[in-house]
Amino acid sequence: MADNKGVMICGEITEGKLAPITTELLGGGRKLADTLGEELSAVLIGSGIGDLATEAIAFGADKVFVVDDPLLADYRTDSYVAVIEKVVKEVSPNIALMGQTAMGRDLAPRLAFRLDTATSMDCLELSIDPDSKLLLQTRSVYGGNAMGTYVCEGTKPQIAAVRAKAMDPIEKDDSRKGEVVTIDAGLDPSMIRTTVVDKVKEEVEGIKLEDAEVIVCGGRGMGSTEAFQELEALAKLLGAAVGATRPPCDNGWVPAGMQVGLTGKIVSPTLYIAVALSGASQHMAGCSGSKNIIAINKDAEANIFNEARFGVVGDYKKVLPAFTEKVKELLAG
Amino acid sequence: MPNMIVCVKQIADPEAPAGSFRVDESANQVVPAAGVSQVVSPFDEQAVEAALRIKDAHGGKITAISLGKSFVMDVIKKPLSMGSDELILLQDPAFEGADSRSTAYALAMAIKKVGEYDVIFCGRQAADWDAGQVGSGIAEFLGIPSVTVAKKVEFLDGKVKVERVTSDGYEVIEVSTPALITISNELGEPRYPKLKGIMAAAKKEVPTWTAQDIGADASQLGTAGARIKLLKVFQPVKEGKCEIIEGESPEEAAANLALKLREAKLI
Ligand SMILES: Cc1cc2nc3c(=O)[nH]c(=O)nc-3n(C[C@H](O)[C@H](O)[C@H](O)COP(=O)(O)OP(=O)(O)OC[C@H]3O[C@@H](n4cnc5c(N)ncnc54)[C@H](O)[C@@H]3O)c2cc1C
Ligand SMILES: Nc1ncnc2c1ncn2[C@@H]1O[C@H](COP(=O)(O)O)[C@@H](O)[C@H]1O
Repeated sequence: MADNKGVMICGEITEGKLAPITTELLGGGRKLADTLGEELSAVLIGSGIGDLATEAIAFGADKVFVVDDPLLADYRTDSYVAVIEKVVKEVSPNIALMGQTAMGRDLAPRLAFRLDTATSMDCLELSIDPDSKLLLQTRSVYGGNAMGTYVCEGTKPQIAAVRAKAMDPIEKDDSRKGEVVTIDAGLDPSMIRTTVVDKVKEEVEGIKLEDAEVIVCGGRGMGSTEAFQELEALAKLLGAAVGATRPPCDNGWVPAGMQVGLTGKIVSPTLYIAVALSGASQHMAGCSGSKNIIAINKDAEANIFNEARFGVVGDYKKVLPAFTEKVKELLAG
Repeated sequence: MPNMIVCVKQIADPEAPAGSFRVDESANQVVPAAGVSQVVSPFDEQAVEAALRIKDAHGGKITAISLGKSFVMDVIKKPLSMGSDELILLQDPAFEGADSRSTAYALAMAIKKVGEYDVIFCGRQAADWDAGQVGSGIAEFLGIPSVTVAKKVEFLDGKVKVERVTSDGYEVIEVSTPALITISNELGEPRYPKLKGIMAAAKKEVPTWTAQDIGADASQLGTAGARIKLLKVFQPVKEGKCEIIEGESPEEAAANLALKLREAKLI
């Protein structure tokens, strides 16, 4: 096992581009590889990958393994696990990183069990133990109420799934040199036991939550679909995206895609205006990376006031219209 | 008619106020807070609901399985009172110190002992350690396909149709049976047990299986079968210095907040 070397990241491609998580993993992986004095590689899996390998090199990879096959057009557990298993067996990395995404959540555990090693999900921080040189995997546990640091001592690779926005990409440098290696998928279609029969997009109009610099988020206290329209109005003024805690999604006031939190979207805007939400740990897990949290809540004891920079204690029905009005006035003049 | 298995875990109520949560950093343990009740992990209740919806449509049998150390009978019998047919408890000192892998191994061995299964349901993650791994692990140990984070599951003959949540919507996946599906909250509210169900569950005999009963290899269980170690658990410190913006009226406070944000160049 001592001959496992290098840090490998499993990239993700969306709409023909490297997904943000890919450059984040490359950034985080680069640091670990440099600390260990080992190589950073990326695996890119898909159909029609084109020159994304060059881009992965510009973002920090020393080597890129490309597995391009029509059978890999959609993420499917059986095919992707088989391909990564094959690459891992050829490359024998010390560490393998994926994203805490629809793909990585599914892939990382299955791969770890297949290889008889372990993975930590939803990691926020990764570092190398100076003595053992092992990967210290710090992740959110108990709905974000605590953190746990894990280590995988006896087996390789050490696998971790990393939360979106937990790591920073490095500056893109097109002059960076690296090697591109093509690997044959070698898939037998009959081993793929699932079929993707449809893909349904439920994307909310306007700015994507993940990309937004300003977010207005409503909680259970909003009480209705109509109340969320008031938030929309404020969001429009501010060029913001609208998010929600889980209850408004579960109650059908807003689409499920608007959920921010541990099991929803991870956001990190400059300004996060939290209205009529209590600040439960599972919600904060999705937005604690916000630079400035503003709270409007009628309960002065609500946990959100422990997280916020500025707050108003009051009924949003009174506070929100007046706030929106004043914002409009300030932006106009 | 499908045979279904649902894996359910008993945990401390994850929606207890954040302030009640404590860890003992020297012992690397989460301290059970006084007054926080035990519950079936919420996604697991939804997994039971997913199985019940299939049973409503097609009939069949639902067996719930739970591995744990100190079961509260009224709590862990909830899958029965909701309408499951059987409940099996796995309890043995040999299971202790497990990671996701050794837990998945024990559950997979118990499922093998149950025998017939078309669909196995798990929650997307247990709402204590939020690992999100055991479902995939069971599928891997049993050598069957898995679909994770589902919001809708339909049973068709010889296959299952699943709506799997993705970041921008969902995908519709067909998977051959037997298959393992993990369930997310988008499935919708689990049903409340009816009085009749509660009474029947109270009377129901619940078998407890040990490591030996499921024919488990001791080297794969508990600490021995674990591949990962928890080095420390801690609570991040929060600064918590919110400036409360005041005013003569809520409206004035609101206007002052807008002014404050302007001053701080946030709008
Ligand atoms: C495993 C797990 C995962 C979860 N994942 C997520 C997740 O990803 N995202 C998420 O959001 N939640 C998640 N949850 C749920 C989470 O625990 C909380 O239940 C949820 O975030 C609470 O939402 P809330 O703050 O809107 O509602 P509440 O906690 O009910 O708070 C409502 C707040 O509104 C205030 N209020 C009411 N009326 C008014 C008014 N008129 N004016 C001003 N204020 C008012 C109240 O004072 C209160 O503070 C998860 C839970 C579990 C167990
Ligand atoms: N001790 C357990 N007993 C029964 N089922 C479990 C147990 N631990 C985990 N599971 C199942 O596996 C799912 C994922 O758990 P985890 O990987 O621990 O987050 C849970 O939602 C349960 O369905």
